[in-house]
Amino acid sequence: MADLRTNLAGIESPNPFWLASAPPTNSGYQVQRAFEAGWGGAVWKTLGDPILNVSSRFAAVSFNGQRVAGFNNIELITDRPLEVNLQEIYETKKRFPNHTVVASLMVEPQQEKWHEIVKRVEEVGVDGLELNFGCPHGMAERGMGSASGQVPELVEKQTYWVKEAAQTPVIVKLTPNITDITATAEAAARGGADAISMINTINSLAGVDLDSWNTIPHVGGKGAHGGYCGPAVKPIALNMVGECARSPRINVPISGMGGVSNWQNAVEFMLMGASNVQVCTAAMHHGFRIVEDMIDGLNNYLDEKGIASVQDIIGKSVPKYSDWGNLDLNYKIVARINNDVCINCNKCHIACEDTSHQCIDMLKDDQGNSYLEVREEDCVGCNLCSIVCPVDGAIDMVEVESEHPPMTWNDRQAAIGSLQNPSADPIK
Amino acid sequence: MGNSEKLHISLTELPKNFQEVHPALSDREAVEEANRCLYCYDAPCIQACPTGIDIPTFIKKIASGNIKGSAKTIMTANPVGASCARVCPTEELCEGACVLNHSTKPIMIGDLQRYATDWAIKNDQVLFQKGQSNGKSVAIVGGGPAGLSAARELSLLGYDVTIFEASPTAGGLNTYGIVSFRLPQKISYWEVDQVKSLDVKIRTNTAVGKDVSADELLNSFDHVVLAAGMGRVPDLGIDGEDLDGVYDAIEFVKDTKTKPLSNRLVGKNVVVIGAGNTAIDGATCSVRLGAGNVKILYRRTQEEMSAYDFEYEFAKQDGVEFRWLTQPIKIHGDENGRVKAIECIKMELGEPGADGRRRPVPVEGSNFILPVDAVIKAIGQTRHQSLIDLFRLEHIDGVVQISEDYRTSNPKVFACGDITFGKGKSEAMVVTAAQQGKKAAYAIHSHYMEETVTA
Repeated sequence: MADLRTNLAGIESPNPFWLASAPPTNSGYQVQRAFEAGWGGAVWKTLGDPILNVSSRFAAVSFNGQRVAGFNNIELITDRPLEVNLQEIYETKKRFPNHTVVASLMVEPQQEKWHEIVKRVEEVGVDGLELNFGCPHGMAERGMGSASGQVPELVEKQTYWVKEAAQTPVIVKLTPNITDITATAEAAARGGADAISMINTINSLAGVDLDSWNTIPHVGGKGAHGGYCGPAVKPIALNMVGECARSPRINVPISGMGGVSNWQNAVEFMLMGASNVQVCTAAMHHGFRIVEDMIDGLNNYLDEKGIASVQDIIGKSVPKYSDWGNLDLNYKIVARINNDVCINCNKCHIACEDTSHQCIDMLKDDQGNSYLEVREEDCVGCNLCSIVCPVDGAIDMVEVESEHPPMTWNDRQAAIGSLQNPSADPIK
Repeated sequence: MGNSEKLHISLTELPKNFQEVHPALSDREAVEEANRCLYCYDAPCIQACPTGIDIPTFIKKIASGNIKGSAKTIMTANPVGASCARVCPTEELCEGACVLNHSTKPIMIGDLQRYATDWAIKNDQVLFQKGQSNGKSVAIVGGGPAGLSAARELSLLGYDVTIFEASPTAGGLNTYGIVSFRLPQKISYWEVDQVKSLDVKIRTNTAVGKDVSADELLNSFDHVVLAAGMGRVPDLGIDGEDLDGVYDAIEFVKDTKTKPLSNRLVGKNVVVIGAGNTAIDGATCSVRLGAGNVKILYRRTQEEMSAYDFEYEFAKQDGVEFRWLTQPIKIHGDENGRVKAIECIKMELGEPGADGRRRPVPVEGSNFILPVDAVIKAIGQTRHQSLIDLFRLEHIDGVVQISEDYRTSNPKVFACGDITFGKGKSEAMVVTAAQQGKKAAYAIHSHYMEETVTA
């Protein structure tokens, strides 16, 4: 049994699986049910001044009949009085002292407001604070959420105010609705954040109804953008985690989230630099019980790899994540089709023929049986055929020996530069 | 046909027994199954369909919610595609060719085809319009799958088409011959209506040679397509065949589709002679009419049986008993002229005959008597030789001889469907007849185009 305990900037947790601040963590009842199911921690649904909500709040995107490939919401922060939430946090923490309870906070960008809420929340025994600078709708119109999170100065200043009052570690949750997330991540670090978490939801409109022409969802015939999450956003989130993890200017731990649906996704986020993960959509789709497989699967994975502690995988893929200019231009792979596994659906052929490099031939053998073959000299190693192939093991992408030694774009430019201008500094 | 579909026979409400047995896919099931289709390129299922339906395309259209387009893709290639969705031996055709046989499990192409065409039926869709008239006329003899198919294609190409149909309704086998728990009549009616909506005139209750002469057709139309199918079940050639309680399987099935269901077989013992698909139909209809015991008697073995495997399984699920190597030699009647027993002799397989199948030979002294109340004959179908003679066409034992372009010995007359099916030549499936109808239509048209070009 591997050690699944994690530590995010001093916040300890029995396992890396936290529920993100969202509808699943709206009440003590829910969070306690989650802890019973095995979740290591929960970030309480954002506390702040009680707000009004609208009816019709969620929408999801199906893909090829598969439900909830992506999820969109226009729900706001907690709709319950602060006192009620604080009472339930207290009770929950008392009942589950070893589980992690982090309070998500959002107030107007004023120093005294932040000081006040930090004080009140810490009094009931939370393990940490998460500042919601990411909510893309409703609160942003009031200058909070992503309206703060999109302005590095506001992120830095508010983090600083919180740190003035906070006794527990402060996590700053970042919005992805920004060109370069490392800018706000750096601002949070400058403001004294103990950790950052990402991503909050992405501005989205889930769909338009083809008959009524209403937005999906709509509130009495009118719609507004919501926040997008779920499996579809995972690649976006993973990149942002990776970009922050590899930035030399961001030296705080990361809590990763955005489409984490199972233990495999969790491993990916942790390899890419996250110290733990937060989950929402998968729980909303299937209930809290999914954590059982997350824990079990992660444990089995670590055991099979002979890794004693889940903390040993954190950031292991970060050195492998770089800029395009550092990729070897002479590295070469080609597709190889295993005809004994291939079922002859010809999807690789048509994908390559129409949309890639026209190097997969449909042929017939002596007996008239169809088979497919790659003309390796024309294959650019794009992977498309293996991506569209419906059968595991039918197409392998194999490395072939390069005629040239490794050379990156940056190497090449440096070499050209030194030839053209021998006196110039080749590194610049 | 899944084994899970358990039969519950009602002895008091027989029509319930004749409701379609195979359930339709729900919207959700259809979408899930459609999304499982790989959308192969140059897909083998298309090659395996005698009418060449673009199966990946119609399935993709179900997945995208374009059900009308899906139904049109199906019906474009196969004018009786709604019936074929139910009666095709899909395991031997499209589904048998599905590449997923080599990986997971094949797509339920037949069920998806039914889903799309059912939608079109339910929503009263008219999918095609008559082409611009070219002034040419064609008479089609027989309004079954081949005739309807030829009519549809010719009408799309601009021909003025008249179908001469001896029965009260067109549709042929689909309307009258396939058991309603497999193919409800309304499906066939819809296909007939689709053809009618192309201004094809269908003269029902009009038998060529009786109500209208062959020469009249030859004289009043530019072309004739002979698509009259096959006739009744031939005589067994044994004593007692004219007794009350001896049925022709085709007529027997037709009665269950056209008349109020009779309770005369409730609790009775029935034997069916023969082991083709029609014999299975006769047997499973008997079960649904409440028969107490139904036996199929066949003079050869399961090996030589011509019924599809799924039909055989279906009959077994219905509790039909199979008596192999059993040849009826006499039907015994009672004093009122009603069937009371059938006398049979056991057979054994001897040397192979001309068709390669081992010939059954009687085992001397093995006679035995089965007490029965009804005998259903299903030993094949007779040929419409007299009709063929009226058109003075070359034929071999009632099988009209055609050239590669479906032309008979009279250059004006084309033929397609069962009337051209020779023994052992190919399998007489609805879907094959539909394809032949299309091809006969194209042959007429290419002939016309050649004439137009050379004129």
